[in-house]
Amino acid sequence: NPYAGLVSQLRASWLSGKTRPMEYRVAQLEALGRFLDEKKQEILEATELDMGKPSFEAFFSEILLCKNELNVTLNNLCHWMKDEHVDKNLVMQLDSAFIRKDPYGVVLIIAPWNYPIHLFLVPLIGAIAAGNCAIIKPSEISKHTERLVAETLSCYLDSDCFAVVTGGVPETTLLLENKFDYIFFTGSPPVGRIVMTAAAKHLTPVTLELGGKNPCYVSDTCDVNNVARRVAWGRFFNAGQTCIAPDYLLCTVEMQDKLMPALRAAITEFFGPNPRESPDFGRIVSDKQFRRIRALLGSGRVAIGGQTDEAERYIAPTVLADVQPSDPAMQEEIFGPILPIVVIANMDEAIDFINARPRPLAIYAFSCDSKVVNQVLERTSSGGFCGNDTLMHVTLTSLPFGGIGNSGLGKYHGKFTFDTFSHHRGCLHRNMGLETLNTPRYPPYTQQKLGLLTSTFEVKRRGTCTLL
Amino acid sequence: NPFAGLVSHLRASWLSGKTRPMAFRIAQLEALGQFLDDKKQQILEATASDLGKAPFEAELSEILLCKNELHETLNKLSHWMKDEPVDRTLAMQLDSAFIRKDPYGVVLIIAPWNYPIHLFLVPLIGAIAAGNCVIIKPSEVSKKTERLVAEALPGYLDRDCFAVVTGGVTETTRLLENKFDYIFFTGSSSVGRIVMTAAAKHLTPVTLELGGKNPCYVSDTCDVNNVARRVAWGRFFNAGQTCIAPDYLLCTVEMQDKLLSALRKAIDDFYGPNPRESPDFGRIVSDKQFQRVQRLLGSGRVAIGGQTDEAERYIAPTVLADVQPSDPIMQEEIFGPILPIVVIANMDEAIDFINSRERPLAVYAFSSDDKVVNQVLERTSSGGFCGNDTLMHVTLTSLPFGGIGNSGMGTHHGKFSFDTFSHHRGCLKRGMGREPLNGPRYPPYSQQKFGVIRATSKVTRKSDCTLL
Repeated sequence: NPYAGLVSQLRASWLSGKTRPMEYRVAQLEALGRFLDEKKQEILEATELDMGKPSFEAFFSEILLCKNELNVTLNNLCHWMKDEHVDKNLVMQLDSAFIRKDPYGVVLIIAPWNYPIHLFLVPLIGAIAAGNCAIIKPSEISKHTERLVAETLSCYLDSDCFAVVTGGVPETTLLLENKFDYIFFTGSPPVGRIVMTAAAKHLTPVTLELGGKNPCYVSDTCDVNNVARRVAWGRFFNAGQTCIAPDYLLCTVEMQDKLMPALRAAITEFFGPNPRESPDFGRIVSDKQFRRIRALLGSGRVAIGGQTDEAERYIAPTVLADVQPSDPAMQEEIFGPILPIVVIANMDEAIDFINARPRPLAIYAFSCDSKVVNQVLERTSSGGFCGNDTLMHVTLTSLPFGGIGNSGLGKYHGKFTFDTFSHHRGCLHRNMGLETLNTPRYPPYTQQKLGLLTSTFEVKRRGTCTLL
Repeated sequence: NPFAGLVSHLRASWLSGKTRPMAFRIAQLEALGQFLDDKKQQILEATASDLGKAPFEAELSEILLCKNELHETLNKLSHWMKDEPVDRTLAMQLDSAFIRKDPYGVVLIIAPWNYPIHLFLVPLIGAIAAGNCVIIKPSEVSKKTERLVAEALPGYLDRDCFAVVTGGVTETTRLLENKFDYIFFTGSSSVGRIVMTAAAKHLTPVTLELGGKNPCYVSDTCDVNNVARRVAWGRFFNAGQTCIAPDYLLCTVEMQDKLLSALRKAIDDFYGPNPRESPDFGRIVSDKQFQRVQRLLGSGRVAIGGQTDEAERYIAPTVLADVQPSDPIMQEEIFGPILPIVVIANMDEAIDFINSRERPLAVYAFSSDDKVVNQVLERTSSGGFCGNDTLMHVTLTSLPFGGIGNSGMGTHHGKFSFDTFSHHRGCLKRGMGREPLNGPRYPPYSQQKFGVIRATSKVTRKSDCTLL
């Protein structure tokens, strides 16, 4: 196996204890920060070449959000690393009981192409913070960013403990034959299954950040202009190539009629009358993706946009009206700048529609009536949820980010990343003496001993309390 | 698939929302408590019949520890179920940001035979508390307990939401073909791989509580008599059939000599001169297991015990001295009442010995010198750890219980069970108005807008703090 030597080397580094001291981890994290600062221009250029990502967007998602995660981690690492002391029962009052945060060892991070720096770097922050060694496998589809990462990241990180591996499906398959101590994968559900199956051979725990169709319910009571702006922003950011983008809209036929001019106005406000000329609108990452998305345009009727240019891999910000559940655009995650509207009669129908489908990464609900937002939240299941906006819930480092069911398993961001990559080891440190405390548990067993054990060990039921 | 209908039925119940209200969950948990109270005698009899479990031991592990988990959960459920508000950025001060605890849906719990009530019931408590429906698959190896659970448990729990499925490997394989929303498996590492592979097909998250060889290091500075009692207790409880039992001892040749006389005395104190006649010492669960464990006796030299009786499936509390790493007993988890002693020169050799093997469920270290205990903890990796005692760390509901590497993934007990079976959904609820706050993020992009975004959402690096 071409990677066995590398994995071996990283495992030896981990076993040497090199990554354990806080100073080491802080130094590596600070080096990651320098990578973001010094290579900022290169990152903006690479992502623009790869998918026409506007600099503003790249700055926001690939630099600012990453630096936020870095700073949250650097600010809190010493606190997160500390042993957490826990409640003890009567018998253990003189003992020390705590949770020790141990690294897993050698971690593999597989990243996709749509936010090609962010989606390896944010997990990497947690992996380093938790004391692991890591192999990073960036996506071969975002070619320029892949080369940038492969050529420059190793100048910043300790090459005994961190490595970048490049390649496509055959290389990744071979890489996955090795034993890793944790695998963090962001990508599609079918590949997620393959990764988890490979992980199962080695009993390797995994986090899978996958995808799905994120529904966006718009109730009849809302500020149509604000909704249109917020939804258009979430849909067309990065030309729609966002795992948490609102994938399709659910609303009544009346709301569809009201939303259409508002969406038209929002798109014009954002990108001008000809978005192809806007410096602020992206392109599709590859010919294969372009053709896949273009094929979805034959769904419902094109109400806004619909223009494409294959040479540029340009697809106009598009809204499709009166889309049917059986239409092509409703059979797969769109991952492009097309917003289908599916008409439903009311909120209950919208909720049933959502619940009849695989659980998505995000659910969005827009309503001036907070009861409506709460109902949608309460009666559906998804990775995350945002009321009256799109995308924004994942910018808060204090909220866990992850999927459920087909959209993934595990979570990260902020402290959740540190927790993902650390093993929470339950520890009890007792006294060598005080043996008389232990005698009730030893044979020969008697009723009296059992009574003693029960009274010192038992957790009693307290009086009830009400759920606020 | 013979179980498709049952899984369907439970999924429909879950989608109906029946398990969501706190009152329902409490009622089911209280019914579980009733099961333990009403059926205590039958539980003691069934486990005595299945593996000669001493009633005292069964009361402790199958009743008391389970009731502790139940009470802990009932005492705290309303608190655990509440939305957890989280820190917000400047831009989100007027928004509501919180973590919602959602059930997964239909959960499968597969339990082994050694603590046949405890090892399905404790996870079940967490699954119910988190609002799930559950299928329980008890072990077919502990036959009497299996029948008791299959016949009696459904009478206590809501049949729309909870079911018991019985059977062997064939039935379990068919069961695993269905899609579950969480799978909780306790058993061997090899079957753990099979379960995770089956789970991967449906992207089902798993907790695997597996096994391994739990090392027990005894330093030269210790109270030999106390050590001998605590180790003997942990090793011979349930006739050694405990996933967290000390599997083998590591000590110097001088300590081996001292320990042997102390162990002889401890065993005599516990079980009398002929343990076969003691009511407090168990039997091996099956002929197959008996034969497997008996074969391990040809390792090192029998210093204490060694007697067996196939008809009774009795293996005497046994200590083997001067065992070599290549001996049969060091090739697999013993899961029987045999304690091999492997001689090493010093603590460093012991730590290297431990680290060159699969990571176990527990590491034990005995020393009057705290520094020694801390060194072993610091320089090894395991599911859990206990200094100067055995088994006791898992009786604290406030400590997470789980493995790492070959010994498993995921943690449970206390709140960790609730957290295991609930999806932590990151939620953000924003206002419908206040649209100017969003202005800076929209295209057309500008430096000025970016400046505002950075100012309102960036996380700054605070000054250093030292790790205590």
